[in-house]
Amino acid sequence: MIRVVIAELRKLRRPTLLLGTIATVGGLSALFTSIIFLMIDSENGNGERGERISAAELSNSMGLVYGFKLVGVFLGIVALCIFASQTAQEYSLGTLRNLLVRQPSRMKLLAGKFIAMKLFALVMVLFAGALSVAISFALAGRAKVDTSSWSSSGAMQLLFENTLNIFLSTLCFGAFGMILGLLLRSPISAIAVGVLWTLILENILGALIKSTAKWLPGANFQNIGGGGTLDLSYKHSLAISALYLIVSGGLAAILFKRRDVAN
Amino acid sequence: MEKMEKIAISATDLTKIYGERAALSHGNFVVPEGSICGFVGPNGSGKTTTIRMLLGLIEPSGGTATVLGESISHPEKYLPYVGAMIEGPAFYPALSGRENLKVLAELGGFPLSRVDQLLEKVDLADRGGSKFKTYSLGMKQRLGIAAALLPNPKLLILDEPTNGLDPSGIQEVRGIIRDLADSGTTVFVSSHILSELEMISEYLVMLREGKVIFSGRTQELLSGQKPIIIAKPEYEVDLTNLAKKLSDSGFNISIVEGTLHIDAAQEASAAINRMAFESGITLASISVVLPSLEETFFEMTGDNK
Repeated sequence: MIRVVIAELRKLRRPTLLLGTIATVGGLSALFTSIIFLMIDSENGNGERGERISAAELSNSMGLVYGFKLVGVFLGIVALCIFASQTAQEYSLGTLRNLLVRQPSRMKLLAGKFIAMKLFALVMVLFAGALSVAISFALAGRAKVDTSSWSSSGAMQLLFENTLNIFLSTLCFGAFGMILGLLLRSPISAIAVGVLWTLILENILGALIKSTAKWLPGANFQNIGGGGTLDLSYKHSLAISALYLIVSGGLAAILFKRRDVAN
Repeated sequence: MEKMEKIAISATDLTKIYGERAALSHGNFVVPEGSICGFVGPNGSGKTTTIRMLLGLIEPSGGTATVLGESISHPEKYLPYVGAMIEGPAFYPALSGRENLKVLAELGGFPLSRVDQLLEKVDLADRGGSKFKTYSLGMKQRLGIAAALLPNPKLLILDEPTNGLDPSGIQEVRGIIRDLADSGTTVFVSSHILSELEMISEYLVMLREGKVIFSGRTQELLSGQKPIIIAKPEYEVDLTNLAKKLSDSGFNISIVEGTLHIDAAQEASAAINRMAFESGITLASISVVLPSLEETFFEMTGDNK
């Protein structure tokens, strides 16, 4: 299993993928965090869905992680795309046969791939978090935000909890992408279906029938990253997400184990 | 001859059915250890399906097979000793040749130092750092062979290894295969270039439409074929006269590019020469040839039309 993880990490750390991901994640993190501080006086709002977050609100412990929380859902989408493409490309490139000749245990191969991608996602989340915190400190003075409470133990705990939640959310999106990659065996199809579903179809469904949002995978993955809301609890989202991933992941794993590798 | 007694691959009634179609039907063959065995058949005859079953990539619908003495239902027991290139080289386009080999070396638990040795062996040392997507077809093929050699294999399975290679590349691959066989590696190699296989294979497995039509020594196959006597009159105008004369005498003949091809044993060549002489025809040449592997293959498969 460790050999699979090491081999997979060699693929994941190739400059085009690693630097491309770091640049995307860094760009998103910088953009969303900057908007909160630079547009603090904007009438159109500086938070999620036009919400206005004042300097006073940003001055409490939560101000440290507000930008990071905002970028969380995009980290999930990036993870979905990476996990889906890295899994499906083994079929489309025909490299799966090489991997299986060198590692015939298909479950070990799958588990090793997932662990390696988890580590990649962890680096991505930590980088986005660190950058967001650094930008928050850098722009706080300009936005007249008092940062004295950002160094408190409460703020550190919030930062840790949010990092963990965003990491869990990113893993859920990533696992969803990996499952789509295994089922569809084409990177483009897997990414297209995943992104369309989570960003468009779920929103349409949620807008048409509001109660469905409670039961849709993307909404629950996203809610984990946000730490839960009054309408949708954190525990509920964890349970629903686990159910989705266990059932669909189990089916995908069985298919992967039994399906002939004929391409 | 002693080394031929052990079996590297053995298939018994090996079958793979897709829907209504049998890609391989009750395939029975053996590949002796330490031999070079050619795997021959037209496109779609079931070669790649068979190779995939031997490598544990697809599950047989029926029958059994063993590789290096282990059942193919437990590929983890023999694959560490098997090198394979199936249906052309498949690698990650954005990684260099060297990185691609390192991925497989790490996965298989082979020393990374082997990667540079193998790049050297397949003449890719100076391009090892270039991305795979920039490689020519021949370079890709050579990288595929290097990947197959990573485990220092006891059994090497190569599917069309000379595809895309220039004549010197083909010669190099032939050399690599012979060297490996000399050092005791069994090589199971499929190719559509039958003349290539004829040069290097001691054993052959022939497939047609999912059925094994021959499995055994190459020599045994070729020596079992009827020889052909090829006669060429000094003057082309005598060709039809001689053809008629021989035909009237009961020989089965055909005219091919200014020569007469006569189905007859070597002993008949003196009689043919005499008949030509008595008819006032001088033969510029007369020779006895055994059919090549290609001709034998077409004869057996009836695919020469």
